[in-house]
Formats: sequence, structure tokens, C-alpha cells
Amino acid sequence: MSRLIRMDHTGHTTLAQWTADDQEAVEAAVAAFREELDRGYFAMVSTGEGHAEQVRELPVGAELVIMCLPISGG
Amino acid sequence: MAAEPLPELAAVHWRPRADARRLDRTGLMWSATTVAHVVPFIAAGVVLFLVQPLALPVSLASLAHAWVIPELYAQRGANVVRPKVGRVPADAEARSVGLLGDLVGHEVRALHERTGLILERGRLGAWLVGPAGALLVRPGGHRVVCYCVGVNDPALPSGDRIAHLLLALRADEEGFATVANVAFSGAPWRVRRRLAAALRPALEAGRASARRLDTMAMP
Repeated sequence: MSRLIRMDHTGHTTLAQWTADDQEAVEAAVAAFREELDRGYFAMVSTGEGHAEQVRELPVGAELVIMCLPISGG
Repeated sequence: MAAEPLPELAAVHWRPRADARRLDRTGLMWSATTVAHVVPFIAAGVVLFLVQPLALPVSLASLAHAWVIPELYAQRGANVVRPKVGRVPADAEARSVGLLGDLVGHEVRALHERTGLILERGRLGAWLVGPAGALLVRPGGHRVVCYCVGVNDPALPSGDRIAHLLLALRADEEGFATVANVAFSGAPWRVRRRLAAALRPALEAGRASARRLDTMAMP
């Protein structure tokens, strides 16, 4: 089961869950993903130990997609 | 294939992209600045005393400046990982730490439990990531660069803050070092003595990791 989560004031919120063969759940996840992008979030997926990648489309095969806010120098 | 640069770089488009050579050059500049602060004050203190021993208080004040100024810089560096008292509910904090734990291995998780910092090895060195900043121990472990960097949302629990920085670092390490503001660069012992005792084991772990990186880089 893949998950789309957003890091927020609760720790994190699960926005969508899906499996690749459940088209309805995938569409709901894609919609939730786009909504978060529109709100200014970035999407990150882990791509192996010590590596991550920013994605602009929902990677349906990814186990975990994390919505992040931009970082900035303090 | 080169990683996609962090989108946050657009906000600091005037900055040259950080890399190992630039970090070395920045380190030298910091060392030169420290010398430029310290030497004149020491020289003035000594010369004043030799010329007029009655000026001892002024000489001592000058020597104190030579000591205090580098200490203040090192303090500024250590402050980037100073734990801050948050007003985040405990359950949110625990939930965020749980997610962070999923992103790292057992040893790093244990280090975070003890120190509040996450150790991450990169190409530029060993990183120690906290909620509002990061320390980069350069390969060899002889220099640490302190970065002030974070997420601009005061409601986020500390685990999420670290996770934001960790993911950005993993996605584009050089971009991360470009976006972050350098607060200090210098010898690790200067930062160590300014760190809270609970955080010092993390710096030691970072130095050990950075020494291994240096060994691996040798032909």
C-alpha cells in the first residue's frame, strides 16, 4: 500500500493511500497530490539509502510520497 | 544522472552553487578573518604594555577582545543546533519523530534519541542535521561549517523540521549548502566547547564519520 503524506503541525497527515491496480484510489491520490502542489508544497520520494528526489507527478509505484514545505536560510 | 536542483535555489539565485572547492575557500576566508581579528588585538595589547606598563588594564582589554571575538563567532555557529523549547503538542512531536525514524537507520535513530541531531553522510562531508540548522564536518574532520537553515512554519514539530532538511539534503546536497546561510566555519573544537553537553557526542560521531570519508577519498 502506497501512501501520500504531508508533514504538518500534527506530525504528519495521511492524504491518500493506494495500490497501483486500484484506479479509483490512484486518481484520488493524484488529485490530493496536485492540490498540495498548488498549496506550495514540494513532493519528495526516497530513492535509496541517503538519496531523495523531488517529483512533480505522483509516482504511483512509490511506497511513500512526502509533501514538504520549502526550506530557507535562517 | 545529475540530481534535479532544489527549487529553493531560485530564492538565492545570486549565490554561486556550493561545492567542495568553494567550501574550502570559504573556510580559508573564515580562518583569515579570525586571524585578522585576533592578531591586531594581541599585538596592541603586548605593545601597549611594553611601551607603558601602567596601561596594563587597556592591554588586558585588548587581549580580552582577541579572545572574545572568535568565541562569539563560534557561539553563533553552535547556536544553529541549539535545542529550542517548542510549544508543539507531545503527540505531534512523537508522530514526527516516528516519521523521521523511518527515513534513517537504527544507529542514526539512536544518535537522534541521545542528541536530537541526525547524522547523514554526504559527498561534502558528514552532516549533523537539527531542527533549525546543520553542521557539516568536512572530510578529515578538521573543519566544521555551521549552517542556519530551516522551514518557515512555527507549528511544525522538530522531527518534521529535521525531515524537511534531511530530504532536501538528500535530494541536492550542494543546493542545500547553497540555500543555507553559513553562520561559522572553523575548527570543531571551537564549536564543541560551545555546544550543550548532550550534543557533543553527535559532533564526535560526525567527526568520526568525516575521518572515514577522508580515508575513503584517498587513492
